[in-house]
Amino acid sequence: MVYLLIIISAIFVNNIVFSQFLGICPFLGVSKKIDTAAGMGAAVTFVLTLATVVTYLLQKYVLAAFGLEFLQTILFILVIAALVQMIEIVLKKISPSLYQALGVFLPLITTNCCILGVAILVADGTWAGKVPGAEANLLQGTVFAFATALGFALALILFAGIREQLSMNKVPKAMEGTPIALLTAGLLAMAFMGFSGVV
Amino acid sequence: MKRLESNLLNMVLSLTLVTLAAAALLGGLYVLTEEPIQKQKADKQQKAITSVLPVVEGMEIAEAEEVNGMTIYKAYVGDSLVGAAVQTQENGFGGVFRLMVGFDSEGNVVNYEVLEHQETPGLGDHMTTWFKTDKNQQSVIGRSPAKSKFVVSKDGGDVDAITAATISSRAFLKAVQGAYDTYSKPAVEAVSGATSLSENAELQEIYPDNVEPQTEEKDE
Amino acid sequence: MNKPLNTFTNGLLRENPTFGLVLGMCPTLATTTSAINGMSMGLATLFVLVCSNVVISLIRNLIPDKVHIPAYIVVIASFVTMVQLLMQAYVPAVYETLGLFIPLIVVNCIVLGRAEAFAAKNGVGLSALDGLGMGLGFTLSLTVLGAIRELLGSGMCFGLKVFPEQYGMLIFVLAPGAFIALAYLMAVVMKIKK
Repeated sequence: MVYLLIIISAIFVNNIVFSQFLGICPFLGVSKKIDTAAGMGAAVTFVLTLATVVTYLLQKYVLAAFGLEFLQTILFILVIAALVQMIEIVLKKISPSLYQALGVFLPLITTNCCILGVAILVADGTWAGKVPGAEANLLQGTVFAFATALGFALALILFAGIREQLSMNKVPKAMEGTPIALLTAGLLAMAFMGFSGVV
Repeated sequence: MKRLESNLLNMVLSLTLVTLAAAALLGGLYVLTEEPIQKQKADKQQKAITSVLPVVEGMEIAEAEEVNGMTIYKAYVGDSLVGAAVQTQENGFGGVFRLMVGFDSEGNVVNYEVLEHQETPGLGDHMTTWFKTDKNQQSVIGRSPAKSKFVVSKDGGDVDAITAATISSRAFLKAVQGAYDTYSKPAVEAVSGATSLSENAELQEIYPDNVEPQTEEKDE
Repeated sequence: MNKPLNTFTNGLLRENPTFGLVLGMCPTLATTTSAINGMSMGLATLFVLVCSNVVISLIRNLIPDKVHIPAYIVVIASFVTMVQLLMQAYVPAVYETLGLFIPLIVVNCIVLGRAEAFAAKNGVGLSALDGLGMGLGFTLSLTVLGAIRELLGSGMCFGLKVFPEQYGMLIFVLAPGAFIALAYLMAVVMKIKK
């Protein structure tokens, strides 16, 4: 039951893009076409879940164990950067087709703040405060990270769909480009606000 | 000066140096800031406790006690209990919020502090001041859960809910009621024979008004 | 115009991080619920930008090309950690409000972007000026956006009451308002630029 709550909370109620404001750069940058949006969404889901598990273990068995919590930021960003590189290399060897689909997005992911953001939220256990009954352990944290990534993918694909339609319309000169994209995102965020209080 | 060549030795060396320098600097700064950070945290807790307790001369705050997952800081003058600060938490609208409520010896709310919350800005987050503001029936200060019903007026209680934030208000009042129940329960551990007796006698007076305290202990 | 001045005003106006380069959107949207919050976030970023620009400019010739990104990330992350420690020690209330977005300065594209595009190619003085200009530009945008959202949403400006709260449009303090306010502000800036 608690897992269902975590998933609903992470995807809809506290959507990472529309209510947590993480991962806005790729959200605005790679959302012009549905295909690329889906690719990015898949790549983020993959890396985010993996990175969360690794950083959680590091936090628990290295940083907390030695009282070095203050090195969290520096360690996490390096681990995430290394992890992304490794995934790229492994993917290239094992599954060239998957690499072709996700490869171009991987380098962009290191500086995607939703990866580091979620890793910190899970490692510190602060995410559990938003879901009644949730505990900040590895399994629930991983489910939360996975669901958060799905929420990101959902937001990205929805947004890309709207932008594809929007690109055929005439927009006032000053609103072209980023402003109209932000405005669309604002309206989507308003729609997602309807989920608040569900969990 | 020309940039160093990208051979293995140079790469390993430069990265090691940068990392070592960073680690040394941060380690130093950590040692320097450790004390102020700890102090800030302790001060904050202490401030929250004293701000919700009644002001009584010669009052001393006892060690924290854990009861029902809440933390109670009891205040004594000599051997008699003059009040307590109870730290509790509850699920609000946006997530868990932490609350410090202070009661006097008669069970009236002296003051409260919301320590941490995730309620909606402009709506639920009004709880930080709403229930202290003396307007209509919205303030809980000086009232006791034993004498008035700490339920929002919409649900038949005696406290006005925050405008457009009923869920946050319900959660807040539930938290205060829970804190009160924990505080008013006869002390399990006897501090000293005499005080715990007088304490119990005092609390027995409050109890009858309360709705079935015995079952409420076990509710949920 | 002479070069130092040019470098400084570049970040402040022409290539303003928010309105010109459209970088660092996450903190821009998330922390601008009030003018003060926006300004604090901007100043924290400013500190990291100036320091990392200076250090990277100093060590730029000692770092082989192939490993420059990890080395820069270490430098930036160190300064971010410093900001975290200092804020926790001396302004804990501000640190709590900004929360997660302080460690996330590390992945703010402006910081690594300026390190790559400017500090790695220029001297210490100019790099410091570039960091200062960019940082002030970022702070300015965040403060303005924060002030607008605060005023429309809760009728206050820098915490001072301008009109009664119940006449405010609450939506501007909430998440959707961040997107909408920034959209219109950006459109206005674009219009003025042309």
